[in-house]
Amino acid sequence: MTTRPGPAGRDIAVVAFAQTVHRRSTDRLSEVELVMPVVQDVLKQTGLTADRIGFTCSGSSDYLAGRAFSFTMALDGVGAWPPISESHVEMDGAWALYEAWVKLRTGQADTALVYSYGKSSPGSVRDVLTRQLDPYTLAPLWPDAIALAALQAQALVEAGLADERDFADTAVRSRRAAADNPHAQLRGSAGAEELLRQPYELQPLRRHDCPPISDGAAAVILAVGDAARALHPRPAWIRGIDHRIEAHQPGSRDLTESPSTRLAAIHAGAFEAGASGAPIDTAELHAPFGPQELILRRALDLNSGVAVNPSGGALAANPVMAAGLLRIGEAAARIHRGESRRALAHATSGPCLQQNLVAVLEGDQ
Amino acid sequence: MKTIAELLAAVPELADAEPVTRVVVPARLEYSYSPGAAQTRFLRALTRRRLVAERCPVCTRVYIPPRGVCPTCGQATTDRLELPPTGTITTFCIVNIAARGLDVEVPYCYAYVLLDGAHVGLHARIGGLPHDRVHVGQRVRVVWNEQAAPEHPEGEPPAPSLAAISHFTPTGEPDADPETYRRWM
Repeated sequence: MTTRPGPAGRDIAVVAFAQTVHRRSTDRLSEVELVMPVVQDVLKQTGLTADRIGFTCSGSSDYLAGRAFSFTMALDGVGAWPPISESHVEMDGAWALYEAWVKLRTGQADTALVYSYGKSSPGSVRDVLTRQLDPYTLAPLWPDAIALAALQAQALVEAGLADERDFADTAVRSRRAAADNPHAQLRGSAGAEELLRQPYELQPLRRHDCPPISDGAAAVILAVGDAARALHPRPAWIRGIDHRIEAHQPGSRDLTESPSTRLAAIHAGAFEAGASGAPIDTAELHAPFGPQELILRRALDLNSGVAVNPSGGALAANPVMAAGLLRIGEAAARIHRGESRRALAHATSGPCLQQNLVAVLEGDQ
Repeated sequence: MKTIAELLAAVPELADAEPVTRVVVPARLEYSYSPGAAQTRFLRALTRRRLVAERCPVCTRVYIPPRGVCPTCGQATTDRLELPPTGTITTFCIVNIAARGLDVEVPYCYAYVLLDGAHVGLHARIGGLPHDRVHVGQRVRVVWNEQAAPEHPEGEPPAPSLAAISHFTPTGEPDADPETYRRWM
């Protein structure tokens, strides 16, 4: 699938982004009370009202909420009257954004509202995530998200591709970057030596290699062509976006590599020169576990000239189902602020980087 | 429709396989559900026999139970107000099938009660009269549950619960003018 705009293509941009302050628990708020402020925020940024949004798409998970059709209650925060054109994915909001992008791309709408949210605090997210595994042979073992990430990290170590010091350096850099991000949950870190003196959580992972447990929400507005230019002085144009999935069974994959990220990046045009010839200067990578960032860096050929996760990434705040959309939003916000010319955003889903989405965003001259 | 054994027989490599027809995989997840700020205020007020609603600052509709947001405008419902314990039946049905886990004898009457001043019907049971006398437009009032919402509270308040409202019963007033509830049925 070619995703780059051709002569007949419709250029689509992120024109607004908002997020909550991510916290360990927001038990005083319902989902809709968590989501509504970020939806109101992006509408306010653009001056749009809900009735002027052509398409609305959200991402969330009933397994986190512990309740069926939980997204329908969050919809109250949008104002679905007169009845709106709406869809929902039981996935990270990055995939909701992809669906909205297709809707805009095919000319069915000119503006789209995308939001996603996750409250991990009501249940045990480590256990909840085991329910996405094969129900006959894997889920009965309850291998939680940290155990699976530890298998992946150990495979990296055994392959000689990284060591525990690399993992610690990733955590330190991410959480120190988050010091400038008022929305992040973990803002700052002790030095790598001190981190490496801490006990293992699940060998070879220590606590610093794991994401915080977060409640949070994010919202984005997409717009086409001139509508985008009218809504933001510096739209973050989506030059390409693609997502690829690997086998469901982690045992059938080489966990040290991410070929789905690589393919998605190729199809999103990440390795091609931008319209301006500018190189990718920023990458927002959705790596909930530190070692996964190292795998993604290799899959994406990111060199030291690229600022990786200036927001702090998922190691600084990890609202499940929103953390991927946050990467696209953070990358777009850097372009909006003039801090990036061409940025890559990545989102992941499933165990051990099973499914990956890559978007390339670019600002005008 | 083919049986699993027939389906397996159609694949030569699986012809002799004994089909697994059942795997038992116990799974249990526990959640602490949060009703949120608006519904928390509503549920706590019920234990004191008060009906707390919220009004949308844009369209002025009054919602009960409040959810902190106007679902038609997508705006925070910032104005709080208390509603009287009286209202009008806007629709009802007679339930003859017992719901599993619901401790109510069938048949019972289930209705929307439009509390005076509200713009959405409150789901409630109707009691205190034969079911064939229930009708749309009938005026009703709350009958409180003494355990969940004691009339003269002493000591610790009871746990917040929708059970504070036992049911609604006719007030004996004349039926409401249909113009008062026609828009909110």
